[in-house]
Amino acid sequence: MSNQVYNTYLLRLADDTLILGQRLSEWCGHGPILEEDIALSNIALDYIGQSTNVYKQLASLVNDGRDEDAIALTRMESEYVNALMMELPNGDYGTTIARQYYYSSFYLLYLEQLKNSSDHFLAGFAEKSIKEVKYHLQHATDWILRLGDGTPESHSRMQHAVNGLWPYLGELFHDDETDMEAVKEGWGVSREALKTAWTNRVNAVFAEAGLTVPSEAWYHSGGRKGSHTEHMGFLLAEMQFLQRAFPGAKW
Amino acid sequence: MENQALLERFQNYVDAENKIEAKDWMPDGYRKTLVRQIAQHAHSEVVGMLPEGNWISRAPSLRRKAILISKVQDEAGHGLYLYSACETLGVERDALIEELLSGKAKYSSIFNYPTVSWADIGAIGWLVDGAAIVNQVSLQRTSYGPYSRAMVRICKEESFHQRQGYEIMIALAKNGNEAQKRMAQEAFNRWWWPSLMMFGPSDSASAHSGQNMAWKIKRHSNDELRQKFVDMTVPQAEYLGLTIPDKDLKWNESTGHYDFGEIDWTEFNEVVKGNGPCNKQRLQTRNKAHEEGAWVREAAMAYARKQEERQAVSAA
Ligand SMILES: [Fe+2]
Ligand SMILES: [Fe+2]
Ligand SMILES: [Fe+2]
Repeated sequence: MSNQVYNTYLLRLADDTLILGQRLSEWCGHGPILEEDIALSNIALDYIGQSTNVYKQLASLVNDGRDEDAIALTRMESEYVNALMMELPNGDYGTTIARQYYYSSFYLLYLEQLKNSSDHFLAGFAEKSIKEVKYHLQHATDWILRLGDGTPESHSRMQHAVNGLWPYLGELFHDDETDMEAVKEGWGVSREALKTAWTNRVNAVFAEAGLTVPSEAWYHSGGRKGSHTEHMGFLLAEMQFLQRAFPGAKW
Repeated sequence: MENQALLERFQNYVDAENKIEAKDWMPDGYRKTLVRQIAQHAHSEVVGMLPEGNWISRAPSLRRKAILISKVQDEAGHGLYLYSACETLGVERDALIEELLSGKAKYSSIFNYPTVSWADIGAIGWLVDGAAIVNQVSLQRTSYGPYSRAMVRICKEESFHQRQGYEIMIALAKNGNEAQKRMAQEAFNRWWWPSLMMFGPSDSASAHSGQNMAWKIKRHSNDELRQKFVDMTVPQAEYLGLTIPDKDLKWNESTGHYDFGEIDWTEFNEVVKGNGPCNKQRLQTRNKAHEEGAWVREAAMAYARKQEERQAVSAA
């Protein structure tokens, strides 16, 4: 297999989970109820743990003197390849839940395929992460139902949230050259192939929650190529602050 | 007027080191004191999430970020246990939270100080969790059973926090570069005195101490606990190579303890009164989270009601 393709594949996985974990952890201390501070922190911890494992693997493959922290925390913005959805601000609780629901429902299907990867590391990573992501999806589904079918206010906020994030979903399901190469070589997952199962699942949950599934086909993209939203620079400024202020320091 | 015989029996029971349980008879004053103290403790855990949460997004490594998130998450869990312990005394969590948000209830003043550098996260874990442990180890023997058990559970996690905080300080003060060493000393200077203040007014000035000791709610005096903390912490600071910001601090051969300088009680009283650097900000932040979360809590309740109705209909 091509190292370049494999490393890019790993980097996307790591960046998706790091950036989403970074965003989610912003809720810690600010949630609507203490139980949710705990739940969201838990999920953020899972993502950060997952990304750490992948960055470590990447560091050992690239072997250029950078450790997982140097890779995670010192790149330029254009070198981050997360999907745009991850870097969007949290918004209200409904928006955070909508993103959690969209991403975990996609991610679980993705990991269930990745588990069969011919690549030892990725298969193991998927196996381990599935347990966590099942819980994330359960948590998000419970809240989609509560908020979608709660009060008129929560219903309209939830509908607004799922509509607002919809145009960021396409990027998750798009197979570009890297994905296609990975699929061809037997160690990657076709994202597009997950679409039908995903749509069925979302239709069922949204129907139960009384939410309308958006239908717009057009979507935002660019994250996989390092072209980000205006929010990313601020996220990185915070996340990289100490690494940049004290280059090479150990913590 | 409470029955003298009941009061005596209660006192004897406590004197024999028995634990009072929720359903046992207890004097009104005992119940009131406990509710106030446990609620203050719960609020402190929750407000305490804010100064540390302030550095989650800027934690310097993946590992430190994960440790910090999990620490702040533990504090939320401590808040939950303690609110539950309070509920055993007949006061609902919502009512307690209202008192926090309105500014009526107190919480530990230490959390009204700002975390301005990463080293503050180390200093808080080491000193603030360290001071909390000294206090809470003593409270494991408090006479109220549910509070005592909550303390046992919480102390285990607090000692984990303390070690992690100290580990941050080692990385900065012992193994760090010049800038990191300076950062560590500056944080130590900021947190040393407020940590000593965490034990409350000196015994001569403490308002409720006598009765609380008799009821064994409190097991050691403020000054005893403070001394214990100083004795424990000074050698740790020396190991780190930090200078203690107290010119009067010295080992006293005859007492076997460290002597230390007088606490600035004016500062202490001002922060308690609400004039600390972050009192207003902390309460505003809690209020904002609470208000912005109102629709979420309402929706969860409305949904739960609907589910119950649906089940009732399908069962009928
Ligand atoms: Fe705590
Ligand atoms: Fe505590
Ligand atoms: Fe703690």
